Amino acid sequence: MDLLNALVALSNFVLIPAIAYGSQLALGALGVTMIYGILRFSNFAHGDTMAFGAMIAVLVTWWMQSVGISLGPLPTALLALPFAILGCMALLLVTDRLVYRFYREQKAKPVILVIVSMGVMFIFNGLTRFIIGPGDQRFVDGERFIISAREFKAMTGLKEGLAIKTTQGITVVVAVICVALLFWFLNRTRTGKSMRAYSDNEDLALLSGINPERVVMYTWLIVAALATTAGVLYGLDKSFRPFVYFQLLLPIFASAIVGGLGNPLGAIAGGFLIAFSEVLITYAWKKVLVYMMPEALEPSGLAQLLSTDYKFAVSFVILLIVLLFRPTGLFKGQTI
Amino acid sequence: MSESVRNTGLFAIVAGLILLTGFMQSWNSALFILNMGLISAIMAIGVNLQWGFAGLFNVGVMGFVALGGLAAVLVAMPPVPEAWSGGGLGVILGLLLGAATVFAAVMVMSKMPKGRARTLTVIVVLVGGFFLFRAVFDPSVAAIEAVNPAATGYLGGLNVFAAERTELRADLFALLSWPVGGLLAAGAAWLIGKTALGLRSDYLAIATLGIAEIIIAVIKNEDWLSRGVKNVIGIPRPAPYEITLQNTPEFVNRATAMGLDPVIASTLYVKLVYTFLFLVVLLALLWMAQKALHSPWGRMMRAIRDNEVAAEAMGKDVTRRHLQIFVLGSAICGVAGAMITTLDGQLTPGTYQPLRFTFLIWVMVIVGGSGNNFGAVLGAFLIWFLWIQVEPIGLWLMQLITSGLPDGSGLKTHLIDAAAHMRLLTMGIILLVVLRFSPRGLIPEK
Repeated sequence: MDLLNALVALSNFVLIPAIAYGSQLALGALGVTMIYGILRFSNFAHGDTMAFGAMIAVLVTWWMQSVGISLGPLPTALLALPFAILGCMALLLVTDRLVYRFYREQKAKPVILVIVSMGVMFIFNGLTRFIIGPGDQRFVDGERFIISAREFKAMTGLKEGLAIKTTQGITVVVAVICVALLFWFLNRTRTGKSMRAYSDNEDLALLSGINPERVVMYTWLIVAALATTAGVLYGLDKSFRPFVYFQLLLPIFASAIVGGLGNPLGAIAGGFLIAFSEVLITYAWKKVLVYMMPEALEPSGLAQLLSTDYKFAVSFVILLIVLLFRPTGLFKGQTI
Repeated sequence: MSESVRNTGLFAIVAGLILLTGFMQSWNSALFILNMGLISAIMAIGVNLQWGFAGLFNVGVMGFVALGGLAAVLVAMPPVPEAWSGGGLGVILGLLLGAATVFAAVMVMSKMPKGRARTLTVIVVLVGGFFLFRAVFDPSVAAIEAVNPAATGYLGGLNVFAAERTELRADLFALLSWPVGGLLAAGAAWLIGKTALGLRSDYLAIATLGIAEIIIAVIKNEDWLSRGVKNVIGIPRPAPYEITLQNTPEFVNRATAMGLDPVIASTLYVKLVYTFLFLVVLLALLWMAQKALHSPWGRMMRAIRDNEVAAEAMGKDVTRRHLQIFVLGSAICGVAGAMITTLDGQLTPGTYQPLRFTFLIWVMVIVGGSGNNFGAVLGAFLIWFLWIQVEPIGLWLMQLITSGLPDGSGLKTHLIDAAAHMRLLTMGIILLVVLRFSPRGLIPEK
């Protein structure tokens, strides 16, 4: 019984949040990795792309709520998601046309593109703050829990409750759908295959008649979809604040690099690795240990390895260890 | 138009803009822009050293600036004797244990043969060391933070004279904190450079971005060291206090004789003292940077930047030179960080934002002209001026645009409120426009 209680507490406070967070990171890292694989630079504006996409979703959700459109128990934001993706696609295509294309034609060094993406980051960040302001925005509605802690206790008679938030469930489901679609696209469709070819060997791909501008355009479209989805899911699960997305940049990059930049499977694995490490290391283990250990050995403190404020440090240390010992990442990078 | 005339003209335009602020707004805001412009110029010289000379992509500037700010607290604040006797030794012992653990792990890594035994030993050393560290460290920290948490609750600094308020000697500590800030940043940069400098340029960028966040997290959370988000206020400073000046009859007389309000005169006087001090530091660093640029060392650096392989073939130790310049540039940022904290008179870890302290400095260097010290300085003044003035200009613009709308309409209030966020947008546009149409900056590298 105690062991069951410990297991439930562990799932409630560690596994479920980490899975949801990991899915969000994985979606974000997939975007970074796609840009790296095709356009060959690290996009510093990715966090703010997520913020912009999520912002459109917030605005559309508000409008839908005001005219009374809703999805019942599911958050209305899911209905707004396609519109947000379209808006984000438009923004990224315009940015590419106005900004990035020039440097592509010049064959600029990757580091120049990184600096350019810094400028884009400023603009996206400013745009988001300009339109919706820097504050916290609530846009979640519908049923709050799939299973609430009280229901679970009544159902099983255990002392520990297990709560699954609707947003956590949706996060995982949507992430799985997204990833499945992405891999289907990359592996089965003609455009997807040409993107992989372009990423593998640009010269050979050009030689076999693949249109690079088309590949780049599809990349931005996919990145917009991934970034917006990740942004909306994160906003639903935690809260929407422009600055938070900027801070997500670090764990997202860490996920993408740990998995191997340019490798989509790696990005997903990296996302979960980073999310689990962050949650595991900053979780106060007392609650679980109390059930697992004989009374005499119960920990007196919180049994927390690091305070939650150091969660950035966790993703960073993992990043550094991987870079030092396996510079290409866990999976070999540079293949889409 | 010859080059020097053009460059002088550019500097004159920026000076004119600051003077214009003085005439149109107030001399206090003009001096504020000038003072922060001087500090920004120092940071820009540091970043220019790394990026312009050596091509190192460091986006962790904020971390080094914050370390400098920490130095200003650790040097210039008075010590807290109760905290030292309560847990000072414990904290130091704990930190030594932590360092010893890391050192032991590194030694095991390098001395033992590769294999499972080594991995296991390293893990045992690290885990054991961690718990030992926490066992020694945690109680001491609790003891320190329990000492009068509302006012101190930290170890304080080294300024033993501050309590007596024997002004001159206490103030010297404030000046001393600037080079110490540089040293602290240099030490951190050495550690980071040792691990991260071998990485590819965009990996180095991510690594430095992360380091900066960690440094801020440490300053925010280690209350025993920096009081964390409770902020340290009233840091001794190398300039007289306004209130002291206002109570000095001599000063009041002289101010009224010049036709100035004594209160305004005192704030101006204090700001001018800072201007003088900052100017001295800036000119010294600029002189050194120029000397370095035109020395064999500077030429070697640019050779490494332009072609690492060729430089290595010529027998240059690329990794060591990179480490050297990374440490130097970061140290300069640390000095600037200590100067900011001294100028503010307080350390507020919550105000360190990467957009403001890292990326803005990058905009300054790129817009001014990377690789050229005068360019970096010019860029710093210009961008800092815009950073401050875009907000009032934006507000004015918004009021002009919305003047047709009825008062109280939602759109109007929203647009006027949003004017405050114009500065990020403007910085991004400036950066992109310069990169596109004048990628070498306003004063290009020769």
